[in-house]
Amino acid sequence: MSQSNSKKLGELMPHDHHDHDHAHAVLPSEPALRVKAIETVLTRKGLIDPAALDEIIDTYQNKVGPQNGALVVAKAWHDDTFRAALLADPMGVIAELGFYGRQGEHVDVVENTPDTHNMVVCTLCSCYPWPLLGIPPSWYKSDAYRARSVREPRAVLAEFGVTLPETTKVRVWDSTAEMRYLVLPMRPKGTEGMTVQDLAKLVTRDSMIGTGFPKDPA
Amino acid sequence: MSRLHDMGARFGDGPVVPDFGQEPVFKEDWHGRALAVTLAAGSLGQWNLDVSRHARECLSPVDYGSFSYYEKWISALADLLANQGVLTSQDMIDAVATPHPLAHRAMRSENVAAVLAAGGPTDRKVTSKPKFQIGETVCTKRAENRFVSGGHTRLPQYAERSFGTIVAHRGAHVLPDSNAHGLGEAPEHLYSVALLAKDLFEHPEHPEDEVILDLWESYLKGADDVKA
Repeated sequence: MSQSNSKKLGELMPHDHHDHDHAHAVLPSEPALRVKAIETVLTRKGLIDPAALDEIIDTYQNKVGPQNGALVVAKAWHDDTFRAALLADPMGVIAELGFYGRQGEHVDVVENTPDTHNMVVCTLCSCYPWPLLGIPPSWYKSDAYRARSVREPRAVLAEFGVTLPETTKVRVWDSTAEMRYLVLPMRPKGTEGMTVQDLAKLVTRDSMIGTGFPKDPA
Repeated sequence: MSRLHDMGARFGDGPVVPDFGQEPVFKEDWHGRALAVTLAAGSLGQWNLDVSRHARECLSPVDYGSFSYYEKWISALADLLANQGVLTSQDMIDAVATPHPLAHRAMRSENVAAVLAAGGPTDRKVTSKPKFQIGETVCTKRAENRFVSGGHTRLPQYAERSFGTIVAHRGAHVLPDSNAHGLGEAPEHLYSVALLAKDLFEHPEHPEDEVILDLWESYLKGADDVKA
């Protein structure tokens, strides 16, 4: 067995000229069973550690999520010096806060103004700034959002209850490379004097994707 | 010319259904398992990000159109394991408990935080100077891989052969068109390019709206190079 595996390792050349074979067809078609089948074979071969899987799931379920991005936004609202530094060197400032990592290696922050509203999509897959926002929601990964956001962003925004004035330009960022984008929404009125912690509670995930506005203060 | 994943600007999709932050991170337990198995298997080092994206894109149109997000991940993972020579289809059916020569590379739970925090930056140092300057008008080429027929590329079809303006230079990044096919990283300058909705679409929602894409230098021609 190990001999045949060694032979296979010697042939680790990608298949460049033809579409790949579809080995998944041998697995159960029910998706939960399909995952289980792959997890089982990889575990039995010693290629994955089930405890590592639990750790990955726990990371994205409980540790990394939109609260990270919300802190960045709240700090930018709260402190003009921080905001200027964030816009000038987003990656440096974000890494300093500890929000560097997988799917967030190259981040730019794009600022909403009365003239320009920014909105983020990945039409080719579902690229998303994981260390700042976590795992993307279903709608972000949906065909409808991927297909329509570049052609009719205002119609898509209306489905989120967002209406923009005609004088505001919509700028849709299609993340086709490894750049990831965080929208810096406009600070809501009536939030003067609020702490960073209280401001962060107003920052919604959707406001950092550009499909929503922050909450108004209570 | 294209594949089903390249769906930007297509017609016919229904409304987007927002969750307003209410949806659980993993709606089903197997979603989290699918993500975790895929990340853990990736750390075996037998493929890169571009190879794995291309594997998802190479699902047949019927599968791509009908599979849910994590079904695409897990099915493409099976295809990758087979195509990169890690497991055969028979191995997947038999699931025999025998040690694998790559087992020493398996991601251990104590290393997960470090691996996820380290990420995989794609910027590279190059000696060439950027060909295009901020503010310069450029034209996108045809949205096809120039090395491999039907190969991976990150220029969407809706944005091919269109004029745009360079708005940012992002340094040099690994070229997916090459890296997805075992042809090396071939880093190139990467630019953010603004394309006006009115130049892209016959019926733009608003003439001033724009789409910005991150495009590699070889996806672009200078405006002067475009024949009138």
